[in-house]
Amino acid sequence: MSSEATLLLALFIPLASTFFIVANHACPDWREGATLLSSLLLLGTVASLLPDVLAGGRPTVHLFEFVPGLTLQLTVEPLGMTFAGVAALLWPLNSLYSIGYMRGNHESHQTRFYACFAVAIASAIGIAFAGNLLTLFVFYEALTLSTYPLVTHKGTPEAMRAGRLYLGILLGTSIGFLLLAIVWTWQVAGVLDFTPGGILAGKIEGPAVAILLALYMFGIGKAALMPFHRWLPAAMVAPTPVSALLHAVAVVKAGAFAVMKVVVYVFGVDFLSTTGASQWLMWVAALTILLASCVALAQDNLKARLAYSTVSQLGYVVLGAALATSMGVIGGSMQIAMHAMGKITLFFCAGAIYTATHKTEISQMDGLGRAMPFTFGAFLIGALSIVGLPPLGGSWSKWYLLAGTADAGQWAMMAVLLISSLLNVAYLLPIAARGFFAPSTHDNEAGIREAPLACVVPLCLTALGCVLLFFSADALYTLLAPVAAR
Amino acid sequence: MIDHLPALQVVIPLIAAPLSALFRPGRAVWVLAMAASGLSLLIAILLLRQVLAQGVISYPMGGWAPPWGIEYRVDAANAFMLLIVSMIGTVVIVFARTIVEQRIRLPEHKQPWFYTAYLLCLTGLLGMIITGDAFNIFVFLEISSLSSYVLISLGRDRRALTASYQYLIMGTIGATFILIGIGLLYVMTGTLNIMDLAARIPAVSGTRTIRAAFAFLTVGVSLKLALFPLHLWLPNAYAYAPSPVTAFLAATATKVAIYVMLRFFFTIFGAEFSFNTMQLDRILLPLALIGIFSASVVAIFQTNVKRMLAYSSVAQIGYMILGVSLVSVTGLTSTLSHLFNHALMKGTLFMALGCISFRIGTASLNRMAGVGRVMPWTMGAFVIGGLSLIGAPLTAGFVSKWYLMVGTLEKGWWPVAVLVLLTSLLAVIYIWRVVEVAYFKPAPEGPAVREAPLALLIPTWTLALANLYFGVETSLNADVARRAAAALLGVAP
Repeated sequence: MSSEATLLLALFIPLASTFFIVANHACPDWREGATLLSSLLLLGTVASLLPDVLAGGRPTVHLFEFVPGLTLQLTVEPLGMTFAGVAALLWPLNSLYSIGYMRGNHESHQTRFYACFAVAIASAIGIAFAGNLLTLFVFYEALTLSTYPLVTHKGTPEAMRAGRLYLGILLGTSIGFLLLAIVWTWQVAGVLDFTPGGILAGKIEGPAVAILLALYMFGIGKAALMPFHRWLPAAMVAPTPVSALLHAVAVVKAGAFAVMKVVVYVFGVDFLSTTGASQWLMWVAALTILLASCVALAQDNLKARLAYSTVSQLGYVVLGAALATSMGVIGGSMQIAMHAMGKITLFFCAGAIYTATHKTEISQMDGLGRAMPFTFGAFLIGALSIVGLPPLGGSWSKWYLLAGTADAGQWAMMAVLLISSLLNVAYLLPIAARGFFAPSTHDNEAGIREAPLACVVPLCLTALGCVLLFFSADALYTLLAPVAAR
Repeated sequence: MIDHLPALQVVIPLIAAPLSALFRPGRAVWVLAMAASGLSLLIAILLLRQVLAQGVISYPMGGWAPPWGIEYRVDAANAFMLLIVSMIGTVVIVFARTIVEQRIRLPEHKQPWFYTAYLLCLTGLLGMIITGDAFNIFVFLEISSLSSYVLISLGRDRRALTASYQYLIMGTIGATFILIGIGLLYVMTGTLNIMDLAARIPAVSGTRTIRAAFAFLTVGVSLKLALFPLHLWLPNAYAYAPSPVTAFLAATATKVAIYVMLRFFFTIFGAEFSFNTMQLDRILLPLALIGIFSASVVAIFQTNVKRMLAYSSVAQIGYMILGVSLVSVTGLTSTLSHLFNHALMKGTLFMALGCISFRIGTASLNRMAGVGRVMPWTMGAFVIGGLSLIGAPLTAGFVSKWYLMVGTLEKGWWPVAVLVLLTSLLAVIYIWRVVEVAYFKPAPEGPAVREAPLALLIPTWTLALANLYFGVETSLNADVARRAAAALLGVAP
């Protein structure tokens, strides 16, 4: 099969699975079977695109014209391949985990849950393979809308409020800033295609460059750059599998990915570094990294702490982009994959703890690690990966980012990265330490066992993934190198 | 036969109107009305194809050559408009039967009169579009207006009568102003033919009379198209009219008035006179912006969804006028494209709302709790129409908003572009209010509500799907709109 057909198939599989999921509403086993099967099919499909991309191929499909000269276009390139790969790899694991979690907690509306989930994955794949800004925008909005029912899944007033905040910030920034930036780009450049080296060089100059960049960066609200990050902690009212995949992988990474795409393929790294238009962005990213880490320190609710940790870690990607150096771009892009694997592990663990014990606050988790060794072991591995210690995947993205700050001569940024790593240690490791070493409180003693197997197996696999990523960083570097080539 | 298409476009519904008054109540009269509007849709399609292939069609009525006789003149702009009006006319008539039989304030034996009024209204609108004669525009305007007053007054709520009366007064003032304007033009030039007027006006354009004519026409047409602040008749008229009437008028009547405005400004007076000498854009721009913003805000606070959509219409008209005030091909393209797209989206929304009120008996928001679960298809159509209204990509609404944005940025009007986006967010808010209530609030206790009957759902979904289709296949609402805009501005497309 040609790569073009494979590309369309990758978009089609999750959409088609929606149909099967809804059709099997009355028969949960078949419904979940459809989810699992299509997630594996998608993984295979995306994987089969890899050789062509590594060989330098850029399969492209034009679907139809929006307005003359502007098509819905899908193109595979290394950055998108990375993001699609991450999403496709984690969907099967997450599906397995969802089955354990949703059944273990007797959640309602499960058909809607799985159906919206599949649409969200399709949107994420669409974002990954978007060939121009408008296509990206279309799938970006589709992702927002399809995840809204997931965020408000519980239907409680609190969930509704969170949903409104979620929708308000994401739609507001995307329509108010991102769309404006896209139209502006179209107006000055006449094209919206993602082109190596960018499309804006020579078309726009002076302070306008920085303003346009600001419209993009704040317009991509999913990247949770402060002050537009409030939706992320609010969205944690969703069931944990949603938080795991969507808020550690699909949604936030779609934002981080879009930031990378815009910087690399719309502005162009050279253009940004010569104009210095991204200087301010560096500082905003640094501020986001540090402030969000400090906020995370103060959270007692485990998911809220992880959410702020995500805000901070997304700042790394933006920082990598803002450095406007090859190493920064590579480090930022790797961070998309590395952080996804680490953070999904942490969320899986949080969900497993909730399923087994119905505890959500960190202060209640004393001694749980001895009863749930696998969960807390995985948590420790995930946490260390986020901190960036070898031999775990996260160390590579931090390494390249540090190299990027050195290349750019931004010593202050290097300091920010190092301080942030310390903060990561301070807010993640005590959780594992409490689990293993703190004396159990009286109600944590008896009757607590590991969560169902469907929950524990995925989190062990993702923890293993963190280790494997450390050793396969070379392959990832080879894939991403053309992106940063200047 | 094919040569007489321009005449048949108007004559067929005109003849069908009195015929349908002779029928007994029942299905036959509906079939007749449907056949008449279906035929006019067919003719509109044929005319558009002919115009796009061969250029302007000029048809002398009764064989009297222009400028002495009445000329029907079809170019890309009005062929496009004919298509919009006849298309909506056909879809809505399919929708209308169930409502007419059960939901309007007419004794049963008078029900065929609804179709008479409806077809007359259609005749008037089509006539205003196709004619090449300024006085003829006025005649057809009166035909469509008078019949629409009747149609509005048929609403079950007694307030429909006052709404209709209010519209009658305002509409008559507007029509009178238009008549005065046309009369002044006739005094100065001695002709009523539009092309002839366009040729003769430059010679006398410096006179106060021509300027007065310009002013009268501007105000008169603005009343008919409900430009802020002359929109006060619209919310009541739309809120209390029967739902097919609202859907039809919202999708066509104000659009045709906008077309008439474009004809006067761009063809008769010429863009040079209208926008350089008279500097009309300086008036239209602020009115459009205030209209968009204030009507959107007011819409957010409405408790009656029909009224909310009516205010939203005022805002959408603002977008179209904003496109006009750009005085560029891109700006006019956005106007014309939005005429088409707005007809689709508002048609869908009002018909979906008609389905809901058909089942629950009201259009008030707090009674719509839980409707999304019991009427999934209806609410599905509503959501599609709503997304299109917001301007979400892949729906028709996105196309016109895109052109509007590009048009404003071409001019370097930053604040305007930002305001357009901000008001889209206001649209998100007022549509989302309905969605949230319909899907997430528990249904109240009471008699079970069922999904709307197929007779209502099919036309509603036809338009809903059209919203999606034309969001993807944009040859009509982008390419043809651009050609129509170029035709109006008199430049090469």
